[in-house]
Amino acid sequence: MLALKSVRADYTTFQALFDVSLEVRQGEAVGVIGPNGAGKTTLMRVVSGLLRPTGGSIVMEGVDLVKTPPHRIVELGIAHVPESRRLFPRMSVEDNLKMGSFMRAARPKFRRRLDVVYELFPRLRERRAQLAGSMSGGEQQMCAIGRALMSEPKLLLLDEPSAGLAPVVVEQVFDLVTRLRAAGLTVLIVEQNVQQVLRVVDRAYVLKAGRIRAAGAAAELLASDTIREAYLGI
Amino acid sequence: MAIFDIFLLEALLNGVLLGGVLALLSLGLNLIFGVIDVVWICYAELIMLGMYGMYFLYTVYHAPIVAAAAVCIVAVAILGVLLHVLVIAPLLGAAPINQLLATGGVLFFLQSAATVLFGVEFKNLGLRLPVLKAAGMFISYSRLLAFVAALVGMVLVYLFMTRTYTGTAIRAIAQDRQIIPLMGVNSRRIYLVTSALGGGLAGLAACLLVLQYDVHPFVGLSFGPITFLICVLGSLGNFVGGFVAAFVFAEIIALGGLYLDLEWGYVFAFAFFIVMMFVRPEGLMARRS
Repeated sequence: MLALKSVRADYTTFQALFDVSLEVRQGEAVGVIGPNGAGKTTLMRVVSGLLRPTGGSIVMEGVDLVKTPPHRIVELGIAHVPESRRLFPRMSVEDNLKMGSFMRAARPKFRRRLDVVYELFPRLRERRAQLAGSMSGGEQQMCAIGRALMSEPKLLLLDEPSAGLAPVVVEQVFDLVTRLRAAGLTVLIVEQNVQQVLRVVDRAYVLKAGRIRAAGAAAELLASDTIREAYLGI
Repeated sequence: MAIFDIFLLEALLNGVLLGGVLALLSLGLNLIFGVIDVVWICYAELIMLGMYGMYFLYTVYHAPIVAAAAVCIVAVAILGVLLHVLVIAPLLGAAPINQLLATGGVLFFLQSAATVLFGVEFKNLGLRLPVLKAAGMFISYSRLLAFVAALVGMVLVYLFMTRTYTGTAIRAIAQDRQIIPLMGVNSRRIYLVTSALGGGLAGLAACLLVLQYDVHPFVGLSFGPITFLICVLGSLGNFVGGFVAAFVFAEIIALGGLYLDLEWGYVFAFAFFIVMMFVRPEGLMARRS
């Protein structure tokens, strides 16, 4: 479904990704794990078009994402839940969700998708008129994921969905990933919360200092002593 | 005492009427600042051109006044888009001071161009609207008309901003510019729509102001500074703040004008602004960040 080949990304002062190749197949949940500053967020940003790679190719179902304007990428079925949620804080929950169906193809389906999202997160229905910025971190994370689901994506990119949340809420977020997969969504998830993410994904890549250092089935990575010691710190 | 009360009421009412027009003026500027993050220093000069448009269409070419107004609003909206495409867009990544200097340059360009093209004489529509007399008060019909039209304009903008996808995106982009492509929004298109809207509001303001004031190349100086002060007092980019500040300013001007001269009303309003900048430098309606 999504394939990255030898992707390279630079910020003005340093290089963030070196020769990163990665693949996500239809229906899979794939994790990217690694320490802070490894380039995980950069990886998400080059896929969704927020940052242009300086080399390599990114292809989604045969379409070259590097040549697609950033605001067109969501139309290909890629929805990105950015790091630290990035809701529109002074807009209501429902207006935030409305922004999730901004693209032309999603507008006629707005009501139906709203029901789907409210079904998934009943709390959001209760708070639909509330300003998004006034909710708790967990509720905001639900709203951010809900906003991404409004476009009825094929591939969901989750960037550190558990960051800054209470342990109970973290459980809920990972449960949700399992439920979304069961509903047929493909998920690429970036996390520092290694042990928990490896329980919900099929495969994972270990990213460190901008390079893929290891890859494999989630269970194998959890079991491998060298990987645990060298990269996961557990 | 009864006579005095009538004058006070009349002044308060005139303040409200002035406030509506000032609120309309500040809305356009606030919209541009909130969404595109630049200040159109030449905003009042767009209004000046719109006033000339009304003068030529209505007084010189005898077009029906409503048709003239519609043409002016659209024409100034197009000027807003041109301003964005030709001056603002190339400078979006530049330092704020460069953007200020560029739009400031446009201000002088438009003033000089108007002087060359139209001369320095004061022109007016030659339209005399009646003065209404009600409950012992005199209310100018043109002010009342301007107030109602400004209010209608603002309600239309409010509905556009809250009911449509494009309007919602305009509000969203003002809150988080960076992630806006993730929503499938082309920010360049939103900037063009916003510039057209800001220009259209300037055009509407021109149609209303030309009913009350003569037009000349430097007429922008009468509205420009006070519009900026209102926007700053209401916290630049905050639509509700600008709305409230417009009425506060207008009442100070109207009441100052009642007890002394109209000029003193402006002196009090500007003095109030300076004091407020010491007391609440972030504006009346500052958000906690």
